[in-house]
Amino acid sequence: MAEAPFGLLAELTHRCPLQCGYCSNPVELVRRDAELSTEDWLRVFDQARALGALQIHLSGGEPLLRPDLPELVAHANSLGCYVNLVTSGVGLSRDRLRDLASRGVDHVQLSLQDATRAGNDRIAGIKAFDRKVQAASFVREEGLPLTVNTVLHRQNLDNIAGLIAMAEEMGAERLELANTQYYGWALRNRAVLLPTRAQLAHAGPVVAAAQDRLRGRMEIVYVIADYHEAHPKPCMYGWGARQLTVAPNGDVLPCPAATVISSLRIENVREASLHDIWYSSPSFNAFRGFDWMQDPCRSCPRKEVDFGGCRCQAFQLTGDAAATDPVCSLSPDRSTVDLILATEMAPAEVPAMAMRKMR
Amino acid sequence: MTPVVALDAVPRIRRGVKCTYDQIRAAHVVLFPEGVLVLNETAASVVSLCDGTRSVGDIALALGDEYDGVEPEDIAGLVARLVDRRVVDVDG
Ligand code: SF4
Ligand code: SF4
Repeated sequence: MAEAPFGLLAELTHRCPLQCGYCSNPVELVRRDAELSTEDWLRVFDQARALGALQIHLSGGEPLLRPDLPELVAHANSLGCYVNLVTSGVGLSRDRLRDLASRGVDHVQLSLQDATRAGNDRIAGIKAFDRKVQAASFVREEGLPLTVNTVLHRQNLDNIAGLIAMAEEMGAERLELANTQYYGWALRNRAVLLPTRAQLAHAGPVVAAAQDRLRGRMEIVYVIADYHEAHPKPCMYGWGARQLTVAPNGDVLPCPAATVISSLRIENVREASLHDIWYSSPSFNAFRGFDWMQDPCRSCPRKEVDFGGCRCQAFQLTGDAAATDPVCSLSPDRSTVDLILATEMAPAEVPAMAMRKMR
Repeated sequence: MTPVVALDAVPRIRRGVKCTYDQIRAAHVVLFPEGVLVLNETAASVVSLCDGTRSVGDIALALGDEYDGVEPEDIAGLVARLVDRRVVDVDG
């Protein structure tokens, strides 16, 4: 039997003032009138805690757009959970943060699109940079720990040193530099986002040097650009092993990107309990453990480390969610990825970024 | 690489780290931005004494009253792992 989950990623809304072209939300965004009510969320938190979740990540979209956020924070806190606010910083005034902190936010995760105002605001699609810098200063004033999150891609990788300096200036204790994962929006914009080998070769040592220099002050987590690697990145701690995601409409996802696997039947908190979904649903059990694997993963020792890579990527690039992640050099489909690299990494004509928006 | 922690080092729970008891797992846990650590009884006692005033040696002494065979080196090793997981800081 599966173990109890440690965390709940609560995507309170898909609404967001920013329009990043690599957004991890699905291309089909949930509209406001389909969002869970406050009562629904309170019940979801209760069920998540009863199931074993100890961390609640309040995310979106932009969670600050939910007027009931203070109530949700207080409830998550009253359950004894660690409350993490994942925000763009837009809308985070000093008073709002003070109120949220007093209700039990333990940690703030702030997105940063690029190192400079111009770069940041171009990627975000709105003027957000100054508000982010301000939000960071409020977090510091409030004495809360801060993680800065940046998604890396061809448009900002050359500014890696500036990004690190910016996070330092913002007073972050952690910096997550995650190369883009290509699902949904990012898949659409892949030809604009795929980094070049030269960019990655430049960034790697800069990050390593900063990790050394800042040890004990700011932890830097670097997530690889998997298309360029010989092995995939690990899928969390395995599918349905540590965390569950609840989407704004109550869909319960084994992984935040799981809606891309259209063959997966997704359950909803309006129809079943988190307990039943976590332990008994076909979607959570689909890729648990190792029995679902085919070769080469089935007989590969690395399966304990990477769990065969990403299910969402396998589905998107091969049509089979149980296939070996095609970025793996042992995958029979690696040529698909190589072809993408050859054609999209340096396209003759770079398309315009499709900005994220609700339809 | 796990850092080496001296016996006179003074560990302190990091800012933003929460220690609590989980009824569901019937265990003490440490909650922090990047994850959850489920503690055994000894580790839970050590964590509760990482208050920024006691040294590793002091903690070993305090625990010696409660448990048999507590070696200061074991406590130092445990604290080193907690430093590695960014649960505690040490000064001194
Ligand atoms: S399936 Fe892919 S996107 Fe989902 S958690 Fe695993 S690695 Fe991440
Ligand atoms: S064959 Fe499968 S398990 Fe082995 S490295 Fe590749 S993806 Fe990982």
